[in-house]
Amino acid sequence: MYSIERLTKVYSRNQLRAIDDVNLVLGRGEFASVIGPSGCGKSTLLKVMAGLIPPTSGRVVLEQQPVMGPRADIGMMFQQATLLPWKTTIENVVLPIEVRRGRAAARDATARARELLELVGLGEATDVYPGELSGGMAQRAAICRMLITNPAVLLLDEPFSALDELTRDFMNMEFQRICMERHATAFLVTHSIPEAVILSDRIYVMQANPGRIADVVEIGLPRPRTLDMINTARFGEVVSQIRAKLDREGFL
Amino acid sequence: MPTGDTLQASSGTGDTVWVERDPFIDRIPRPIAISILVFGVVALWWIVTRLAIVSPIILPSPAETGADLVFVGSNLTSGGYVLDAFITTTLTVIYAFLIAVGLGFCLGTLVGETKFGERAVMPILVAIDTMPKVAFAPLFIAWLGFGISSKVALAAFIATFPVVVSTAAGLYAATENERFLFKSMGASRLQTLIRLKLPTGLPYVFTGLKIAAVGVMAGAITGEFLGGGKGVGALIRVSASQLDTPRVFSLIIYLSFLGLAMFMFVVWVQRTFVFWNKPDKIGGVG
Repeated sequence: MYSIERLTKVYSRNQLRAIDDVNLVLGRGEFASVIGPSGCGKSTLLKVMAGLIPPTSGRVVLEQQPVMGPRADIGMMFQQATLLPWKTTIENVVLPIEVRRGRAAARDATARARELLELVGLGEATDVYPGELSGGMAQRAAICRMLITNPAVLLLDEPFSALDELTRDFMNMEFQRICMERHATAFLVTHSIPEAVILSDRIYVMQANPGRIADVVEIGLPRPRTLDMINTARFGEVVSQIRAKLDREGFL
Repeated sequence: MPTGDTLQASSGTGDTVWVERDPFIDRIPRPIAISILVFGVVALWWIVTRLAIVSPIILPSPAETGADLVFVGSNLTSGGYVLDAFITTTLTVIYAFLIAVGLGFCLGTLVGETKFGERAVMPILVAIDTMPKVAFAPLFIAWLGFGISSKVALAAFIATFPVVVSTAAGLYAATENERFLFKSMGASRLQTLIRLKLPTGLPYVFTGLKIAAVGVMAGAITGEFLGGGKGVGALIRVSASQLDTPRVFSLIIYLSFLGLAMFMFVVWVQRTFVFWNKPDKIGGVG
């Protein structure tokens, strides 16, 4: 259980209410997305949920423990792969272990890192430097780095939005497979409606000024999802429902 | 045979193979290109002295300078007084460089990593940097005497600031998401500094080191001009006062080798240790 209760974040710098009274609950193994226009506070929400920045009021609770700072059981992924260029792929994957528990623990984790890299199809690229990886390969390595600590929840900040359309579709399907295999709880921030719909059980639509949840949409498509579902009536229905909600806010 | 950017199409059906050719000036290999340039400059120099446009005291002929280069060269290899001067200056430059790098790196880390450094240390450093640093030479001589240490102090003083600025700038080079990544991994401030910010900033630091490598040369020679001693700067000053212009020229040319060696050493260290960063380079240097 991952619950966010009455969460509010006000930046003291400009008194901006980045998020205002956000409540949501994620059950174990659920995949939820938050979608909204730029500046609606969705990235801020994710950072508070990750324990990277403190909330102004309200609380975040994961597995009965309040989140007060970064935690090993919360995995994060960003729009950029943010791999360290002076470390090989596998060294990057074990970096979270190395930072938390030292070099010896990181060495012990290499076998697991190798398994993870094989799981995402990077078995051949374990010992190359990130400079030689394509954008999609780098993001797959970043997935492995997120998974190496076996986090209870995965927080994803537009992880595939810098990739091209074809790679992105492929990565979404890969990611769904990984989440289903591991029965992972995931929370995705995106501004792509189809991406949110194909991956999620539930979508939170956010609006800006102040950043708040305006609507919750249950998707109800069967799993595993396939790219062919994009052509189904239900998919189109959900997409237009969300789009209408976003349009009402108006992209001025 | 077509020349330039022409195309050569086969007639009839089949392939249309065509060749793109660089213009002549882009096709000259480096050794030949350098030779052409050096030869051109020396020829122009020779013409100017041959026509006696300027007095030989102001500009000696290439032949005179060449003869002196050979003399100084043989003195350098046979262990004469020029060699002693070069050893003195080389030591000055190396000590000054090490001090500038060590001090600059520590101050740069203080400025780039802490708010105290940014708010208090940096403005004071900028204030000091805007002073004409050569004007401090008499002070260094008064404090440290006419030996090598006053020259080392001046050279290090001149070269420290670029290292401070480049190190501080380098510490800002890590992106916000990279910092959040380290934060999410529970990294301490020291871990973030050593494992993320410093390695990310290394290309910046090396830019500062290259400026410092050139700066210590200027500082050492200036110090030797003003404070005497046994270095090459003192030798140049004596030669100039004797109107021995060819000697001044040949000493400067040998000094430039020393400067080049310093610079290339920094470039080599950078290539070895910052292998992931391919610096923008012009002509294989920098």
